Formats: sequence, structure tokens, C-alpha cells
Amino acid sequence: MFSYRAIYVIVLREFTRFFRQRSRLVVTMARPLIWLLIVGSGFTKLIDDGSGVHYIQFILPGIVGMTILFSAIFSTISVVWDREFGFLREMLVAPVPRVTIVFGKLISGTALSVFQGAALLVVAPFIGLSLGFYDFLAMLLLMALAAFAITSLGLLVASFLTSLEGFNVIMNFIILPMFFLSGALYPLSVLPFYIRVFSYINPLSYGVDSFKHILLPGTGRLSAEFPLYLDIIFVSVFSVIMTFSSALAFERRK
Amino acid sequence: MSIIHVNGLVKKYNGAPAVSGVSFDVEEGEIFGFLGPNGAGKTTTISILCTLLGFDSGEAVVNGFDCRRDPQKVRSSIGLVFQEYTLDNELTAYENLKFHCYLYNMEKRLMNERIDEILGVVGLAGRRNELVKRFSGGMKRRLEIARGLLHRPKVLFLDEPTLGLDPQTRSHAWEFIKKLKKSEGNTVFMTTHYMDEAEICSRIAIIDNGRIIACATPEELKRSLKGDTIYVKTTDDEKARKELESKLGLTCKKIESGLAVSVEAGEKFIPRIFEALKTPIVSVNLKRPSLEDVFINLTGREIRDYPGAPGRRGIRG
Repeated sequence: MFSYRAIYVIVLREFTRFFRQRSRLVVTMARPLIWLLIVGSGFTKLIDDGSGVHYIQFILPGIVGMTILFSAIFSTISVVWDREFGFLREMLVAPVPRVTIVFGKLISGTALSVFQGAALLVVAPFIGLSLGFYDFLAMLLLMALAAFAITSLGLLVASFLTSLEGFNVIMNFIILPMFFLSGALYPLSVLPFYIRVFSYINPLSYGVDSFKHILLPGTGRLSAEFPLYLDIIFVSVFSVIMTFSSALAFERRK
Repeated sequence: MSIIHVNGLVKKYNGAPAVSGVSFDVEEGEIFGFLGPNGAGKTTTISILCTLLGFDSGEAVVNGFDCRRDPQKVRSSIGLVFQEYTLDNELTAYENLKFHCYLYNMEKRLMNERIDEILGVVGLAGRRNELVKRFSGGMKRRLEIARGLLHRPKVLFLDEPTLGLDPQTRSHAWEFIKKLKKSEGNTVFMTTHYMDEAEICSRIAIIDNGRIIACATPEELKRSLKGDTIYVKTTDDEKARKELESKLGLTCKKIESGLAVSVEAGEKFIPRIFEALKTPIVSVNLKRPSLEDVFINLTGREIRDYPGAPGRRGIRG
């Protein structure tokens, strides 16, 4: 049912475009560093809970999550972009099932996000976190899971949007609450319950939590809050539902 | 067997018919033209044939495959050039073509061969590795036509292929399409609202308000009008008129610059005028009826009188 060569070339195209747009490359690399170095080091002086985890260390999993969030959501802008500039039609009239396009976009969004997340992990040793080879591999897997979940969510939203303006409005409306409710900047336990419920349905919460398992081992207040298996199950189930929905949405749209 | 078979095709948008009962057949190797004003149903019909759009009733078959039941097989039989540009500007010409080959599952060795060949055909071989965003409108169009032909489709669909091009590039594009037609030998199905462009078609269907009001060769369509007009100028027009009327039984109209004679098949009639006239001839001019005249005759309106109806309705991916 799938055309692997078609998926391959869709992914190749997204990568080619990504590395060709220098400004996008610089922005996506600079944003997390700004957060980490400026926000992180500022609050490190302010916050010390005595658990031995510095704030700059605490937010690394969250900033990795943010990088993946931005990169995954904005990779799906290419669907709207392709629609606006007509290129989507070139794909729609090709003798491949529509689902091929969905998977091409999912895989490229995921891969680009993991790539950026992995690049960010290079700073871990410089802020005093040890990251072994197996930890790094585990992070790659967990980042791929989280990135897949968020790309599939973005793809579902993008499949209903026809203009870039609409995309920017809606995505910014989705991105910021998702980021602030994810436990990236403070533990979820400090939030009042009526806000925390939204964190419980936020896939990024589970993604960031799974990163904390690897990057901040231990049991302090600033460590992971859910069991790792719950993180993995939630993110996986969420991905499957979103993938099916966006495939369906693509198949229906003419 | 015809390569495109359409029978009683109906498509409505929210209850308003865009195509109401269109039927036609296109034979293999033809250049078949869909001529009509904006909003007449041309793009809707082409979108249905390319399986980009569903329809309400009727039958649409391309290369023996039903557009509803076998959309994938229809898609692999056709090449398509849309009204709007559908290239990726951030990629090079080669990368755009390569993308296409992979989508159509073309063998890799064959792919490079075909890409080089087709880039040569459209005169873009030297621009192979240049970003498409640096291309002019005409170059983009040529690249799109090249892309549409890469997988050797049985039918090439061209939806207003010269829209938005300047007149010079337009005529270049048509020269090019004619040349391609000779070398590649596909069937070409095209839509246009430029009368002069429709002249290159082997057959034309004139569509208006979602219905086909005439379908024939350009020659036949024009012949359906009264006929040709021959303008004759002589040294003594009054004497010439009498000669023509007595010898050939014609009624001549005296006009400012000579005589006007209405006849059928004017080109065959000119030699007889030369034979009949003793008066020295200064000039002879033949004017054939244009497709514009045909259109006016059929609809009572000029094609450019129409308000610009939306050219594409709901057919964006």
C-alpha cells in the first residue's frame, strides 16, 4: 500500500529545504540556547531548592521538549505552504495513496526535530550533566516518540488549514500553552489542580517527563513525576490516534 | 477505442451546476481543446478527469480506467500542467524533476536518462542545477511541461498553460507544445480561453455554462459560418464586378478598397477569379472566419464579455 520511494523523496525534499534555508537553521538553533543560557542561568541564581539540581540543569529536558515542539509543529507548516504554493497538487495527482504524503511529512517532521534535539544535547556536559552513550541512545528514542506525537498533531491541524496566516494564529495558540503546561519550566506539582488537568492531556508533558527520567535521574522535587512506562504509553497512543486522524483528514479532503 | 471517454458528466458545487451533462470522446494522438470563458466548467472537467475532484453523475474514463473506481491507474496514465505554478521554488530544476520520478516510481537509471533528455527538449539543460525561484515565468512553464512528460503519460493535460505569460512567451510556449506533440506523440488535452491558441487543436469543444455547445475541428467550426470572404482590388473595380457577376454568377459587394465576395472554401475559389477576370488585378485577399466569430455565432456574445468568474473552485488540494 505504501510507496517507499515516494516517502523517501518527500523526506529528502524537507531535509534539502531545511538545510537550504540558512536563517531558519540559525533561528532554530539559537532559540533553545537563548532560553537555556539566559533564562536558565538567571533563575539558577534565584532558585536553589537544596536538591543538588541546578535550575539550568532542570530546564534542559524542557528546552529539548520546546525545541522538538517548535520544530515538529513548524515542519507541518510545509503542508499549508505546499497547498498555498500549489506544490501539494503535484503530490495529489501522483499515482500514490494520500497516506504516503502523510507518512512522508510525519517522518520528515520527526527526523528534523530529533536532529535538532540531539544537537542541543551537546550542551549537557557544559552545564554539569553527564550523558553516557546509552543515555544518548535512550534520549534519541524518546525524542523520536515525542516528536512523532507532536508532528502528527500538527499535521492534523494543518490538514484543515488553507492559509499561512491561519496556521500562524492557530499554532501559536497551541504552542505556548503546550509549552507552559508541559512541566518544562517548573514541576507540574506546583500548579493548582484546575490548571494541572490540562497538563495531563498535554502530550508534551509526558515527553518532557520522559526526558527528565534520563537527564535528571534521582527522586528530588525537580525530577520526573510520572512513571516512564506511562510517558511512553501516553505518547504512543496519542501518536497513533493523531496519525489515523490526519490520514483520514487527508484522504477526505479534495 | 478513445483514450478519454466522458458521458453525461454532472458536477455541482453546493447545488449549483458547474458542469451539466458534458459528453465527448478524445482519440489517441489528438490535441483536443476545451475552449470557453472563465467559469464555463473547463477546469472542473479537467480536475475530474485527473481524479482531483469527484462528480455527481455520469461517466469519466481515461486510458480505459474509470476515474472513480481506478483513480490510481488514471493518475499513472496522465501528466498534468496546472493553471498555477506547482514547482518547488526552493529546489533546483533537477531536484523538482527527481521528486516527480520518485513519486511515479521510475527506475533510477532510467530517471537520469529521461531528466537529461527532457531538459534538453525544453531548452533548460544549462539550468539543470539552478534554483527554480530564479527562473522566469516562461522557464517555469517549460519546466512544468517537462515534468508532466517525464513519466511518458498517455495523455498530457494542460490547463490554461499560457495564463499569465506575456504574448511573446505565449507564442513560444505553443511552438514548443506543437513540437513536443510531434516528438513525443502523446494525446494532449488542453483548456484555453484564447481563441488564437485553440487554432492548433485537432479538435475543439466549445463549452459555455457547463455545456458543450459545439465539438468539431477548427476548420469545420469555421466552415459552419457563412464562408470565407475574398477581397479583390483591380484597376477598374466596376468593370471587374460585372465580369465576376456575369461569368461566375457571384454577387459582389463594392467596398471602399475594392470588391468583397462571399464564397465557401475561398482558397479553391481564388484561381477561378484569376481565370475569369480580364481586368488587371492589383491584390487578392482571403479572410477566413475566426473562432471568435464562431463563438459569437454560437453564444451571441464575445468570449471576453464574460465577467471573470472564479477559475478554480474548491479544487485546491
